[in-house]
Amino acid sequence: MPITADITWYILTALTLISALAVILVRNPMYSVLSLVLTFFLLSCHYFLLNAQFLGVVNMIVYAGAIMVLFLFVVMFLNLREYREETKNNLTKIGAFVMGLAILGAIIASIRRLQYPMPSNDQFNVTTGYVETLGDLLFRDYLLPFELVTVLFFIAMVGAIIIGKREKGERHF
Amino acid sequence: MDIFWIKAIIVLVIFGLSLVVAMYSTWAERKVAGYMQDRPGPNRAGWGGLLQPLADAGKMFFKEDFIPAQANKWLFIAGPCLAMLTALLSSAVVPFGDTIIVGSDEVQVQGIEVNIGILWVFGIVSLGVYGVMVGGWASNNKFSLLGAIRAASQNISYELAMGLSLIAVIMMTGSLSVRDIINTQHGGSWNLLYQPLGFIIFLTCAFAECNRTPFDLPECEAELIGGYHTEYSSMKLGFYLFAEYINMFVSSCVVSALYFGGFNYPFMDKVAEALGNDATGHNIATAIGFGVFFMKALFFVFFFMWVRWTLPRFRYDQLMNLGWRSLIPLAILNIVVTGIGLMFEIRWFSWVAVVIIVGVALVQAAMKPKAARGILEAAPVR
Repeated sequence: MPITADITWYILTALTLISALAVILVRNPMYSVLSLVLTFFLLSCHYFLLNAQFLGVVNMIVYAGAIMVLFLFVVMFLNLREYREETKNNLTKIGAFVMGLAILGAIIASIRRLQYPMPSNDQFNVTTGYVETLGDLLFRDYLLPFELVTVLFFIAMVGAIIIGKREKGERHF
Repeated sequence: MDIFWIKAIIVLVIFGLSLVVAMYSTWAERKVAGYMQDRPGPNRAGWGGLLQPLADAGKMFFKEDFIPAQANKWLFIAGPCLAMLTALLSSAVVPFGDTIIVGSDEVQVQGIEVNIGILWVFGIVSLGVYGVMVGGWASNNKFSLLGAIRAASQNISYELAMGLSLIAVIMMTGSLSVRDIINTQHGGSWNLLYQPLGFIIFLTCAFAECNRTPFDLPECEAELIGGYHTEYSSMKLGFYLFAEYINMFVSSCVVSALYFGGFNYPFMDKVAEALGNDATGHNIATAIGFGVFFMKALFFVFFFMWVRWTLPRFRYDQLMNLGWRSLIPLAILNIVVTGIGLMFEIRWFSWVAVVIIVGVALVQAAMKPKAARGILEAAPVR
C-alpha cells in the first residue's frame, strides 16, 4: 500500500501545481476561476490523503462550493473583451512583478525560520484528522477563541449586509 | 476473493443501478404525467412503453450535435460532463444495505464508509452548480446565462437551509457517517418521528437543489426559453437531463437514509433471526434490507414526480423569500429546539417547534385582512 499512496501523492501534487499555475498563467479569467476551483478540489484530495477528511470536505464546501461560485458570478457579469487590454500596461506589470517577488521573499523567509516537527511512525495517530478530535479541541481546549471568532464572523456578516443594502439617498452610518 | 474486488463489484453495481433507475425515471415521469392527466403516456415501444428510454437514448445519440459559433467550445463541452460527474459522485457514501459476508470477510454494501459521509454529499452537491453555470455561460446566450445565474443563486440559497436542517439530525445521532445515522434509527425509531420539521425543510431544499418543479426556475420555459440548456442538443442535452434524474435518485436515497431509517424495516430482527446466523442467512437479510431501501428511495422518486405534476412553479422572488426568510429561520429554530430537547433528553422535542410554527401561522392568517388571504397574495388589496 505505501507505494500506491506515494504514487497517488505524486500525481496529485503534480496536478495541483499545474492547476495552481494555470490560475495565474491563463489569459481568460473564466479559465482562471475554474482552475482555482480545481486547485481547491485537489487540495481537498490532499487532505483526504492525510486522513483529515473533515478539513478536506469543509474546504470543498466552503471554498470550492460557495466562495468560488461567487467569483464565477462576478466573472460571468464582466464583459471580458473590454477588460482584457488594461492589464497589459507596463507599469502594472512591473508593479505586480515587484509585489509578487516581495511576497515570495516574505513567505520563504518565514518558512525557513519555522521548525516543523517531523512526523514519525510511533507518534502517528489515525484519529488526528477526525472530526471528533477537532470537535474536542475546538469546544474544550479552545472554546473561548472559537466563540470569539464566531462573534467576529457575525459582525462581518452584519457589516456586509449594511454596506450591501445601502442605497443612494439613504443615510450613512 | 479479495475484498478489493468485492468492493469494486459493489461500486459498479451501485453505479449501474443509479444509471438504470435514472433511465427508467424518465419513463416513469411520463407515465405518472400521463396518469395524472388522464392519458396513456408512452405505450408504443415495448410493453407499456418500457423500451421508450432506450429509444430516447438512441434518438439523443443520433441527433445533430450542434455547438454555437460564438460559444466557448471547451467549456460548452465541459458543462454537461461536470453535471454528470457531480451527479454520479454523490452516491459514493450512501449505504444501500447492511453488510454481506463473503468467505471470512464482511463487506459493507456502500461505496466508501467515511466518518464525514453526509458532508461528502453536501460538498458534491455544492460543486454540482458548476455544470449548470459553466454550460450556461459558455453558450454565449443571454437566456442561458440568466438560467445559469438563477440556478447558481437558487442552489447557494437552498444549500444553507439544507445544511442547517441536517445539523439537527447530526445532533441527534452524534455522527456524520450516514451508516451511523441509519443504525441509530434501528428498531422503528425513524428520524422522521423526531425531526418532522427538519424533514420538511430538507425535502423542500432537495427539490430546489435538483431544480425540480416547483423550483425549476433555471429552466423556466415561459421566461427563459429553456434556461441554461437552451443551446444544447443531442447527447449533451441528454446528459443535463440525465444528471437531473440521477440527482433526484440520489437525493431520494439520502432522504430515505436520513429520515426513513434507510435499510431498516419493521420486524427486521425477527426476519434476520428466522434466516439464521450463517453467511447465507445474513446475506439474504441484507438483500431484503437493500430491497426495502430501494423501495423507499423509489417512493421518493415518485414523490418528486407527484409534486411536479401537482404544483405550479414559484415566482423567482417567492423562491428567494421562501429560502431566506422562511426555511433558514425555521431550520435555526429547529436546531435550537432540538438542542433543548437533547439537553433534557426528550427526543421528540422538536415537535414543539412544529406546534409553535403552526400556532404562529394560524394566528397570522387570522389577523390578516380578508382580502389578502389565500394564494394570490400579490393581488392588489381591494
